[in-house]
Amino acid sequence: MDLTLTPEETAFRDQVRDWLEANRPGPVPDGDEESRFEFTRAWQRTLHAAGWAGVSWPTEYGGRGASLLEAAIFSGEMARAKAPRPANVLGLVMGGPVVMAHGTEEQKERFLEPILSGEEIWCQGFSEPESGSDLASLKTRATKHDGGWRINGQKVWTTLAHVSKWCMLVARSDPGSSKHAGLTYFICDMEQAGIEVRPLIQITGEAEFNEVFFNDAWVPEENVIGGEGNGWMVAITTLMNERAGLGASAAVGLSNDLDALIELCNRRGCGGDVRIRDRIARLKIGIEALRLGSMRSLTAQIRTGIPGPEGSVAKLQWSSTNQALAELATEVLGPAGLERNGEWAYKMLRSRANSIEGGTTEVLKNIVAERVLGLPKLR
Amino acid sequence: MDFGFNDEQREIKQTARAFCADRFKPEVVRNLAEAERYDDDLWTQMVELGWPGIAIDERFGGQGLGLIELVLLAEELGYACAPSPFLAQALSALALQVAGSQALQERYLPGLASASSRGAVGTDELCIDPEGADLLVLFSDDQARAVEAADAEVQGLLTIDQTRRYGVVGPAGEPLGGETEAIAGARDRIAVAIAADSLGLAQRALDMSVAYAAERRQFERPIGAYQGVSHRCAEMLWAVEEARSLVYYAAWAADSEPASLPLAAAMAKARASDAAWEVCKDAVQVHGGIGFTWEHDLHFLLKRARANTQLFGGGARHRERVAELVGL
Repeated sequence: MDLTLTPEETAFRDQVRDWLEANRPGPVPDGDEESRFEFTRAWQRTLHAAGWAGVSWPTEYGGRGASLLEAAIFSGEMARAKAPRPANVLGLVMGGPVVMAHGTEEQKERFLEPILSGEEIWCQGFSEPESGSDLASLKTRATKHDGGWRINGQKVWTTLAHVSKWCMLVARSDPGSSKHAGLTYFICDMEQAGIEVRPLIQITGEAEFNEVFFNDAWVPEENVIGGEGNGWMVAITTLMNERAGLGASAAVGLSNDLDALIELCNRRGCGGDVRIRDRIARLKIGIEALRLGSMRSLTAQIRTGIPGPEGSVAKLQWSSTNQALAELATEVLGPAGLERNGEWAYKMLRSRANSIEGGTTEVLKNIVAERVLGLPKLR
Repeated sequence: MDFGFNDEQREIKQTARAFCADRFKPEVVRNLAEAERYDDDLWTQMVELGWPGIAIDERFGGQGLGLIELVLLAEELGYACAPSPFLAQALSALALQVAGSQALQERYLPGLASASSRGAVGTDELCIDPEGADLLVLFSDDQARAVEAADAEVQGLLTIDQTRRYGVVGPAGEPLGGETEAIAGARDRIAVAIAADSLGLAQRALDMSVAYAAERRQFERPIGAYQGVSHRCAEMLWAVEEARSLVYYAAWAADSEPASLPLAAAMAKARASDAAWEVCKDAVQVHGGIGFTWEHDLHFLLKRARANTQLFGGGARHRERVAELVGL
């Protein structure tokens, strides 16, 4: 057991840290949504030019070929430097890995480079109004025609849909099928008449997400990924990528916020309040448990190829801690914590989604109970 | 970076798990607990394995290993809920090694490491295994003292935890000898070892609950298929895994990065002692009526978990230390 970095790992960390120190752009500036988005796209170009956009992507596809641990070090340093997320986050974390895992040579040739450069933005068309946690019940239809597919239906919670070139779309290609069978994974061009994107205004007042309506939208045959009828298996790959990437940097982000909260408590003179001291300590313990659990999980994955049980609770730890932290900060601020455009008020409201997005707390507990503990299935 | 055990540590853990599974079967634990005694023969076997002196220097007859190895033993003995003098013996020796005067070390460490003499450890409020001990090590605030058998005024205390002997020790004794920092280091290490006992208890209570929830049927299904039960079990795993990460980290810090030990030990003790209590309470709930009977073994775990929250500070006290150490 050695929880310090080896000299090689330290050298990698320092390389990342020095590069970020010299190149990080600072926080995303205020302004309209388009200029904010273009700011993150420019940041991705900077990352890509230096070979940092696809850190864990294999070198043959334009990535850096970093090990699991190096990728974790990189995300940790990004969080530490408070660097913005690159614009094409879904393409980098899900779209690219799916194309690499299940795509044909032509698809790899066509799609990967513009993901890395940020030239083509990707979004994820999975959730539907009637299919949230029960994703496999989705109803968006794909009907086979000469040379391709016609898509009809509706997707929701589609981050970045309004700026995307491509949508990772899962639709029902076999009309008689139900559940996991009969689904196909498509890469759907968002720039066409058959697609309408409407912003979805959330409780924070902003619109990070969209609804997407497909009305006879067209996907050519060559944009099917993994073969007709294999959509569920392909989709699972992307979801696993979404979760595996979380643990490494989440604890660093929470640590930054906790430091700010401790400073806030001391500044407001409530650092001596025993109830607040106890809650801060609980947060600290939760954040450290998340950080250390991620390290244990990473070690298990490096040694055996399989992450340990501690990784399965990372999302639960992160969401509950992030929610409790933002809530305490607004409490410490007093009435100022209510200010409409206040940073902590925003974080408190935004954090309510943490226990819903990327797998609800309830679904994750089902997964822990069934797959980690081996309890009988509900259904 | 490598947050896993080496081959030797894995072997120690496996040996301890197998030893406990074979020797401390539930009926043995029950018989010993009900009789409020330890088994001399089993203790001799543990001594032969070198457990009391696992973290004691070889020059005093110990195995010269670290807190990680001691923690692995404590965890497995907690998992078995084993009644044994291990913690009091190993931790009194460890305290002496970390914060004792040279004279005390030379006089007592070889005997404690080989278990030819008996040790006790505790605070002014509560001591483990004080009766019959040759040397008692007692902590209060930032002080520690050594009490020899002849000077020890022991008031036995019958507690709810029948897997160990407890008492309160009178004020006599001489200073342990170490500097304030060494005494704090000894105290932190003891807290981490007790946290490891709690971790073992919590894992056992979780395993028992999962097995029961899969087998017990009501309304024509295993109760573990209901989310009211299965989500509780998922939360128990969450608590156990947090405790596990923090306990192993604190043990590593003690051995390899002592500057991190004060915060690491406070976090580990706070989380693990609370987690064991919460998980054991949940285990009783998952078991329903049978879990409330004397006949079922759960109550031995529940009561020992409760006792651990009182040994060397519980959650609230250690969280207060955490708050101080993070700059509040």
